[in-house]
Amino acid sequence: MKQMEYLFLFLEQNCVIANNMGEEVKLYKTWSTPFGLRVVWALKLKGIDYESIDEDLSNKSDLLLHYNPVYKKVPVLVHNGNPISESTVILEYIDDTWKQNPILSQDPVERARQRFWAKFNEEKLLPTIWAIFTTEGKDLEEAMAAWVENLKFVEEELKGKKLFGGEKMGLADLVFGWLANLIGIFEEVSGLKIVDERYPLLLTWMQVFSELPVIKETWPPHDKMITKYRALYEKYHPAK
Amino acid sequence: MASSDGEVKVLGTWSSPFVMRARIALNLKSVNHEFLQERLWEGKSQLLLQSNPVHKKVPVLIHGHHTISESLIIVQYIDEVWSSAPSILPSQPLERATARFWAAYLDEKWFPSMRGIGMAEGEDARRAAVGQVEEGLVLLEEAFGECSKGRPFFGGDRIGYLDIAFGCFLGWLRVTEKMSGIRLLNETKTPQLLKWAHGFCSDDAVKDVMPETEKLAEFAKMIMSRVKGAATGTGKS
Repeated sequence: MKQMEYLFLFLEQNCVIANNMGEEVKLYKTWSTPFGLRVVWALKLKGIDYESIDEDLSNKSDLLLHYNPVYKKVPVLVHNGNPISESTVILEYIDDTWKQNPILSQDPVERARQRFWAKFNEEKLLPTIWAIFTTEGKDLEEAMAAWVENLKFVEEELKGKKLFGGEKMGLADLVFGWLANLIGIFEEVSGLKIVDERYPLLLTWMQVFSELPVIKETWPPHDKMITKYRALYEKYHPAK
Repeated sequence: MASSDGEVKVLGTWSSPFVMRARIALNLKSVNHEFLQERLWEGKSQLLLQSNPVHKKVPVLIHGHHTISESLIIVQYIDEVWSSAPSILPSQPLERATARFWAAYLDEKWFPSMRGIGMAEGEDARRAAVGQVEEGLVLLEEAFGECSKGRPFFGGDRIGYLDIAFGCFLGWLRVTEKMSGIRLLNETKTPQLLKWAHGFCSDDAVKDVMPETEKLAEFAKMIMSRVKGAATGTGKS
């Protein structure tokens, strides 16, 4: 009995105390997915201990297919054996489950605003950036024109704000976060200027966001990303 | 902090399932509101362009001096502002996530696939489109079993978030069934959803805002002929 007491005392004093003792949290993602990274940020923000499982999407694990039968995609969060899929659904789940360092404010108007911009990113920015990355000629021109229109709204939204969430990071910051890393990578790989000096607030946000303690040092290895996206770019632009 | 004070208006059209979501949510909470009908074929109103400058789309909820866009965001806003009335979203995080997951699925996959039936050209394309919709309905039938746990709605004993997200499409689903001659909801593959649909449409919060199938079918024919007319007129395919 005394040995057990000493063991428990040792464990208590020496193990990292996360905010989710006794709860099992697993995150299925890939090393590069920005959607998985959003979830990493949310978990870090809340001090949640989790196990990270990096999938190879060309050879998906049985567990992933079991946890996300509808889409068969990452990220999937598994909390005490319960799977949650779709990154924005996961972010709201994390906020609903662990109350410290909220991602969404209590104010319904502000919550609606954050959700609106998160949706804007998913429905407008992401398809447009994909079109910019994968097309040429007239299609590229059209994609760029749409991108410019979209960015105007984003720039406007940042007026008078440090972050999309105001003074603190919010849902929209997490969802827009990919910009702070991938724009630079896409520009390097494509030679295109995608976010230029017409968007000073957005450029500042990208820098401020990257420097936040939760975000800093979470980006995937730069060289590895360049290699990956260069190969992808060349696939869509074979002549170059 | 937003209070429930302030005039409430919904900017929308009678035929839009997305607009219906906002109206059902307000009805569930017994919130008095004005329904401002847009006549989109005459061009978008100044009010719409001002209150939703980013998307210029309906529905828009106008609450005092706040404007909220995007139907599911509006429903959550309504639930959060009028928090003392019956809850629309479940209270448990996992159930909330499940409801949100399926609502997103409906908007991103299922409803576009249903619209695909009307737009399909040729028998093969139509059959493929119908197959997709039916596959989706089988998933939703299973989801219903898990969410409802033997009770009449996805939300349990009362209409909830996922009921609203899905139920708003029933008018257009019936029009599609009528025009294609295929019973998408049926006793064989989707017996629970068939029963649920009837219960949803009869609910007090829904019955006055769900358009009649005949009226919607006429409207659909009119839109399709306009779309086809515009396509041939400009020479676009």
